[in-house]
Amino acid sequence: MSQFDFLQPKSRQIEIEQFDDRILTYVLEREQSFLTCISCGGCTATCSAGNLTSFNVRKIGLSLRRGNINDLSDEVQKCMFCGKCTLVCPRDINIRNVVLLIKKGIAQLETEKTL
Amino acid sequence: MVLTFRCIKWIVGLSKFDKIRLFKSIRSRRLFQSIKETFMEALLHRKIFRKNPVLGYMHMSLAFGWFLLIVVGHLETMIAEHSLFVPFHKAVFFRYYEGFDEFFLSGLFSFLMDFLLLFVLSGLMFAIVKRFRKKLFGLRRTTHLKSGDKIALTSLWLIFPLRLLAESTSAAVYHNGGFLTSGVGAAIDFIGNPAIFYYPLWMAYSLSLGFFFVALPNSRYMHIPTEVVFIFLRVAGIRLKKQNDSYTDVQVFSCSRCGICLDKCQLSVAGIDDSQSVYLLKNIRNKNLSDEKLFNCLMCGRCQVDCPVGIETIELRTVQRIESTREYNSSYDYLIQEVATKADVVYFAGCMTHLTPRVISSMKKIFATAEEDVWFMDEVKAPCCGRPLMLAGQYEAARKLIENNSRMILDSGAHTLVVSCPICYKVFKEDYKLPDVEVVFHAQYIYDLIHSGKLSVDTSNQRMVYHDPCELGRGMGMYETPRKLLGRIGEVVHMKDEKEYAFCCGGSLGNLKISEDKRKLLRDQALVTYEGFSPDILVTACPKCKKTFAAGRKLKVFDLAEIVAGAICVDSLSKEKEILEKQEADCYAVEGL
Repeated sequence: MSQFDFLQPKSRQIEIEQFDDRILTYVLEREQSFLTCISCGGCTATCSAGNLTSFNVRKIGLSLRRGNINDLSDEVQKCMFCGKCTLVCPRDINIRNVVLLIKKGIAQLETEKTL
Repeated sequence: MVLTFRCIKWIVGLSKFDKIRLFKSIRSRRLFQSIKETFMEALLHRKIFRKNPVLGYMHMSLAFGWFLLIVVGHLETMIAEHSLFVPFHKAVFFRYYEGFDEFFLSGLFSFLMDFLLLFVLSGLMFAIVKRFRKKLFGLRRTTHLKSGDKIALTSLWLIFPLRLLAESTSAAVYHNGGFLTSGVGAAIDFIGNPAIFYYPLWMAYSLSLGFFFVALPNSRYMHIPTEVVFIFLRVAGIRLKKQNDSYTDVQVFSCSRCGICLDKCQLSVAGIDDSQSVYLLKNIRNKNLSDEKLFNCLMCGRCQVDCPVGIETIELRTVQRIESTREYNSSYDYLIQEVATKADVVYFAGCMTHLTPRVISSMKKIFATAEEDVWFMDEVKAPCCGRPLMLAGQYEAARKLIENNSRMILDSGAHTLVVSCPICYKVFKEDYKLPDVEVVFHAQYIYDLIHSGKLSVDTSNQRMVYHDPCELGRGMGMYETPRKLLGRIGEVVHMKDEKEYAFCCGGSLGNLKISEDKRKLLRDQALVTYEGFSPDILVTACPKCKKTFAAGRKLKVFDLAEIVAGAICVDSLSKEKEILEKQEADCYAVEGL
């Protein structure tokens, strides 16, 4: 019944206190085009990894903007860096770079505790 | 002394196998190959000559001229002293210490030394002009110099004029000069008493010479001795590994900052001028390489083609990317082993080809017409081939994808793997271990089908420009096969900048930082050139190139598979139509529609 997940939505409350914008800032400083995302979902539709497992690229953008680093770090592991998302993006966002920056930012946060 | 120490440190730093390779090569015929290459490249600078004769002359006159000055100078001293062993300083400053009396062939030597000095000075003239008027040398840009380089450069530039003046003063006082030094000596005599200038000039000359050698290890001129070491190591068969080691250092220090790689790099068109190869090497030396610069390279290989020293710029950059991303390689645990279908031939379309569906339908048509037993491995789903991940530095992670794909290919029992994307082709050939499976690029595969009569194509007089994809051309060395294939169908236009000198379309997966609008500038640079040949169509062999050029809306772009599919002879079509209709029918049967 995974097709009908949307009928039992998870909580849509956004907890402002848990908003951690360090990764968002790190990414935006280096890839400003991310600001222009319209959440069209084209990236998710074409994603190679999304074809193999439940991987939602659009949700990465959402988690990033909600400062939800835990979800972000789990999801972003699934990316195979094939580049199709960047090719189809109607806003010409360099999504591949966004994922690279997220991975790098999270790794740096873990080792150096600071960005 | 610093130089010998460094050289020893590098050789000791090589892996055990590499050391064995090195010693074996010295004892074999390869020693002569190394010496010959040192002579041809490090002294005569043959590669630079081929690119730009004036630049070649400049480098050669300084390097070879100085070398000959030293050798002939030593010979001269040995004859004058009647001994085989002469102290080094006597040979270098011969006209200061000796040369007052005539000796055997002294006249010839005076002439030779003066001639060589003139030779070096002519090159020096070019060097000075080039630094201030680089366009005259056909170079659009040269390297920025650090202060250490500027100091070394100044002392280097002073050496030979000071030598001329010093030796001329000797000529004026002791009459031991050749045509050049006597002439200048007479001029000095005219200005004032040469004896006054004698010691100061010789002092200045020896100071600038000594200063240069002291400044050398910390400047770009370190490349002079390092390049020789590099040649020997390379001829010995030593290669770069997937991590930084001694050989990486040797290559990094062999860079002379000549700037030829800057000239070739297309990124300058997009206003990016801090991430090119020469700066990468500088950043590696200074340990301040940032991700922003490291990943801002198309990995197209244009710089590597013309590097006169033969530095493997692309492989070096790859190693740095691997080092930079060691901490965050994913494990891809979600990959499951799909069941393989038994077949003779496996077709792997690849991620990008799935975004050019006409290429897939063309390949299907070709397979059907030739009645090949093919399993389309990633028709529904499969992991990426792994190369885009490697270009992003994550080699460890790519291993997981490689294992998964390899298992499927081997399980199918196929003897041939056909790929239609050069990015996949490169990784399947170089990084996958597929025993008994031959990896064939679709251009080669289709050409073989035509050659063996399994497929026949009509000819036309379509005028085509063929764009060499970076990964296929410079990446895998395949330039002729696509042209031979297309030549069977239409006319392939010959261009000046093609094959290893071809443009990059700008769509590169090797560059993770460049913005889309900058990519468009690169795309248009290539497209405008191609338009200039007034072709009917633009043909390429890479789906990413195709998508990139098609977005330019200047020329119609096709993959070579589409061209072949469109040209298949009518008689063979009816059978192929039968087969395709049957396939469609089977498809509907499965889905119960």
